[in-house]
Amino acid sequence: MIKLTCRAAGRVLCPGLRCFSGGEVTEHASGWIQSPHLTEQASLYVHWPYCLRRCSYCNFNKYIPKKNNDHIMTKCLQWETDTLLQLSQVSCITSVFFGGGTPSLTHPSTIAAILETLSKRMSLSDEAEITLEVNPTPAGMSKLDDFVRAGVNRFSIGVQDEDLKSLGRDHSSQEALKTIEEARRLCPGRVSVDIMFGRPKQTVESWEKELSELLRICDDHVSLYQLTLERGTQLFKQVQCGEVTVPAEDVTAEMYQCARKTLQQHGFLQYEVSNFARHNSVSHHNMSYWRGKQYIGVGPGAHGRFVPLGEGGVFREARTQTLEPDVWIREVQQRGHGTRRRIQLSRLELLQEVLVMGMRKTRGISHKHWELFSPEMGLCEIFGASMDVQQLVQSGQLILDDRGLCCSWDGLALLDSILPTLLVELERQILQKPHRDHSVFTDGQTKKTSNPQ
Amino acid sequence: MSLSLAKRCCEAPLTRRVLQFKMFRRRIQSCNLSYTVWRHRWMKKLPVVTNSSRRMSSHQDKDTVDLSKFPVDRIRNFCIIAHIDHGKSTLADRLLEITGAIAKTEKNKQVLDKLQVERERGITVKAQTASLFYSHQGEQHLLNLIDTPGHVDFSYEVSRSISACQGVLLIIDANQGIQAQTVANFYLAFEAQLTIIPVVNKIDLKNADPERVESQIEKVFDIPREECIRISAKLGTNVEKVLQAVVERIPPPVASTEDPFKALVFDSNFDHYRGVVANIAVFGGRVRKGDKIVSAHLGKTYEVNELGLLRPDEHPTQKLFAGQVGYIIAGMKDVKEAQIGDTLYLQEQPVEALPGFKPAKAMVFAGMYPMDQSEYPGLRSAIERLTLNDSSVTVQRDSSLALGAGWRLGFLGLLHMEVFNQRLEQEYNASVIVTAPTVPYKAVLSSAKLIKEHGSEEITIVNPAQFPERSVVSEYLEPMVLGTILAPDSYTGKIMSLCLNRRAVQKNMVYIDDQRVMMKYLFPLNEIVVDFYDLLKSLSSGYASFDYENAGYQAADLIKMDILLNGRPVEELTTVVHRQRAYSTGKAMCERLKDSIPRQMFEIAVQAAIGSKVIARETIKAYRKNVLAKCYGGDITRKMKLLKKQAEGKKKMRRIGNVEVPKDAFISVLKRKEK
Repeated sequence: MIKLTCRAAGRVLCPGLRCFSGGEVTEHASGWIQSPHLTEQASLYVHWPYCLRRCSYCNFNKYIPKKNNDHIMTKCLQWETDTLLQLSQVSCITSVFFGGGTPSLTHPSTIAAILETLSKRMSLSDEAEITLEVNPTPAGMSKLDDFVRAGVNRFSIGVQDEDLKSLGRDHSSQEALKTIEEARRLCPGRVSVDIMFGRPKQTVESWEKELSELLRICDDHVSLYQLTLERGTQLFKQVQCGEVTVPAEDVTAEMYQCARKTLQQHGFLQYEVSNFARHNSVSHHNMSYWRGKQYIGVGPGAHGRFVPLGEGGVFREARTQTLEPDVWIREVQQRGHGTRRRIQLSRLELLQEVLVMGMRKTRGISHKHWELFSPEMGLCEIFGASMDVQQLVQSGQLILDDRGLCCSWDGLALLDSILPTLLVELERQILQKPHRDHSVFTDGQTKKTSNPQ
Repeated sequence: MSLSLAKRCCEAPLTRRVLQFKMFRRRIQSCNLSYTVWRHRWMKKLPVVTNSSRRMSSHQDKDTVDLSKFPVDRIRNFCIIAHIDHGKSTLADRLLEITGAIAKTEKNKQVLDKLQVERERGITVKAQTASLFYSHQGEQHLLNLIDTPGHVDFSYEVSRSISACQGVLLIIDANQGIQAQTVANFYLAFEAQLTIIPVVNKIDLKNADPERVESQIEKVFDIPREECIRISAKLGTNVEKVLQAVVERIPPPVASTEDPFKALVFDSNFDHYRGVVANIAVFGGRVRKGDKIVSAHLGKTYEVNELGLLRPDEHPTQKLFAGQVGYIIAGMKDVKEAQIGDTLYLQEQPVEALPGFKPAKAMVFAGMYPMDQSEYPGLRSAIERLTLNDSSVTVQRDSSLALGAGWRLGFLGLLHMEVFNQRLEQEYNASVIVTAPTVPYKAVLSSAKLIKEHGSEEITIVNPAQFPERSVVSEYLEPMVLGTILAPDSYTGKIMSLCLNRRAVQKNMVYIDDQRVMMKYLFPLNEIVVDFYDLLKSLSSGYASFDYENAGYQAADLIKMDILLNGRPVEELTTVVHRQRAYSTGKAMCERLKDSIPRQMFEIAVQAAIGSKVIARETIKAYRKNVLAKCYGGDITRKMKLLKKQAEGKKKMRRIGNVEVPKDAFISVLKRKEK
């Protein structure tokens, strides 16, 4: 039944597809090359690698600076932004995200400088979302105003665990509270509060309490992150040797479900595994990741996904910048960028990413969206006939209908169990029906260069 | 050295080997006698490859050896038997040195132990023969030393060696005293009515207590302490006395050169260039190059191409005479043509065949599968080559839904199995999954129809899939062994409760001195094949020694146990167990499965069942949440890698109903536990 409706949907959508492929795209040797819509735009991620202190759970690429080299860092970030923008040949940057590290430690002029570099190359519309990650410190708070003046129009405030525990009741949590208030005053409706669950000693009850405290003060966006034990962190060692215990799997599952419910009751719509918004305040920047759009990563350890049109590239590349700030700085000074690794994504690999990222959204992947990347094979064609997928549909975890493919409410919490089944099917279908121009490009072909150019 | 051996082995024409292997397999299948060993060669891998320096030294007196100068009364055939590590091979080295068979150098360590596994474990797996010339009271004597394996797993090997001997050197460590294998080996020699010369070795050790060991010998073996020779094989102390005792105490073989030629084949090995090399003990007459000889077993005639002594390397001579031990090459193309226990005689002078050996029966079975099915051909040729050298291993093709195509191999015992695996890994660089060992059960059929079908009332069950229903069986039987445990008496209590736990019945318990106890238990073999020895070692801080001999079959309450996943039986996990052990075995299997099957989106019941009755259950709870709630900051590479790996793994999973079971889960349940 489902299959039939899907086929029908596919047929209805076909004309769109044809008019799409009637354009320039098919003039290229390989028909799967992305549509101009995909290569014209990108979002920009800028990584500020420094932190004041090391959080016990964090394995992000961050460094406690020995000396202040903000000035050089700023210059290099600008430089690399310029190089990569040129390389990508995009005509429009849809959003900018300053992450880290602790980017709110930078001087607002750094943000301004980078945005200025950007607008020299292209017009950056006033509507473009420009987010800055903020840690609630007094110093950070006083600068919020300046950040807004530098161009930031959205804040993502990470509430630390000790702040949460006694929210509003001691000095440090007062600061968190004030920071949120100040941010809301400056960017009403454009403040996200990021909180973490599954922390040591946390119980379902204490989590519920934290949540209700948070709901009193937060704006229209909440990100829920689960603490994951990462190798190499202090917390990992502490848990390994039994000094610290983190809540069991069943407990964190309970926490997650309970948060989903509570947030829903307060008018927050879940739009992605970890993200909730009310009054339509979704994060455009993150949304573009989940939609498989291009993004350019600038700064030590930043990741990017874009087609380097500027050097005649035709395929999307997974790009990683050099991790260590000092080395990265040297590389940027030497050749204008610190790209350490470039891997060309095959047609299959690109579709795998589109699938994995897209399924994180509550709305999943629409037929139209999928066609953007896979004009030749629709969702129904790929997944409709699979017994395993059928089983997921029948057990109510997955929905495949005329809108597209998405997880049910229950299914979303089990996404990582669902994805392998989908990936197996995707691979089987794609490899079975190779693209008509497979002579130009075969799946799995990657290009690795340690030091490009 | 062993590396170069392996290499040469690999370079030899492969097609020929494949051909032989196929023949071997076909025979097994057509005869349906997987447990019967037809040919038997615990043999050095490649007899042609030898240490060149040794060959040189033996070369010098090559032509001076006139074997006719050694009448029967100046010949002694003996072997050395001992518990592991009591110094048997070291003594053999000294004997070889003293008699000039090998040059005396620092490097002579376990000269007769050629396999890497032998050197590493300090054990002898393969019997080797060395003829020694020894001058005693002005007369040249020919002493034939037949080295033997130390462990009863290889007692078949020991008894073969013993059959060619008239006497044994029983070596006992002056520090450790009598150990389980000393006892087992003693009885083998005793029952064969051989002269036993007790040798107390390692008297140079600080803690050596030869007095005590001699009184143990007196008490346990009823040998007067005066007969013991105290030596240090390492330093060479009193080794000369051992040689004197060999000449003085061991009787010469009863054989006459006047009789017609008659020889026992006690060992054989295969050489790719020369065909079968048979080791023979001449019981009468003489044989020379060019003679036409007949195999009593097959009735086939051969011409002797080459013959000679083993010193320990092959040393060609013109003739071999009654009472002597040597090798013979007679154009036999297949090891089956030189069956162990066969009698050879001259074409024109037929004789009555000597009593042969009983074929060794595999007592421990284990499945072997390549880690990856792509490694199947490699593993096949490795197993094929090894069994060519060790024909006491039975090979049957087997396949498991979870582990793919593989083999079910039968071994003489546990050590045999371990040695085989180790050789497979070391000499052939093959990585294998070895399943937990099982034993051959028997069933006495009551259904006339089935009896007719099988052609006998009693059938042997190696694979649980063949286990007949209770309703058609009058009785199930399980193999038993008589175990000997020697340990300091402070561990007696612990050992007794361990044995009781293993359904063992105590047969005997004696103090061999004021501190050490010897206990005898009748065990079901199944109870000791997996971890008994390890447990015994650990609860006695390593002081207990254990050995066993086969003790026939006994009626047992056996049942077939199924493992179910959400109600569906998992074929490859079906097991035959004793009713008493069903619960504990079933529980343990369920627990191991629970730990190794990843959580899935639904609950999984893991059950052990006998018929329709569930006796143990574990539950794998459904995932309530399995999604990474994290901001990637665009760094999705790691997550993608992980997901793709999971997707890749998913393809290889075995489906039982809707439950996906990774191969690892089967391995962890089926595999022998690592020590």
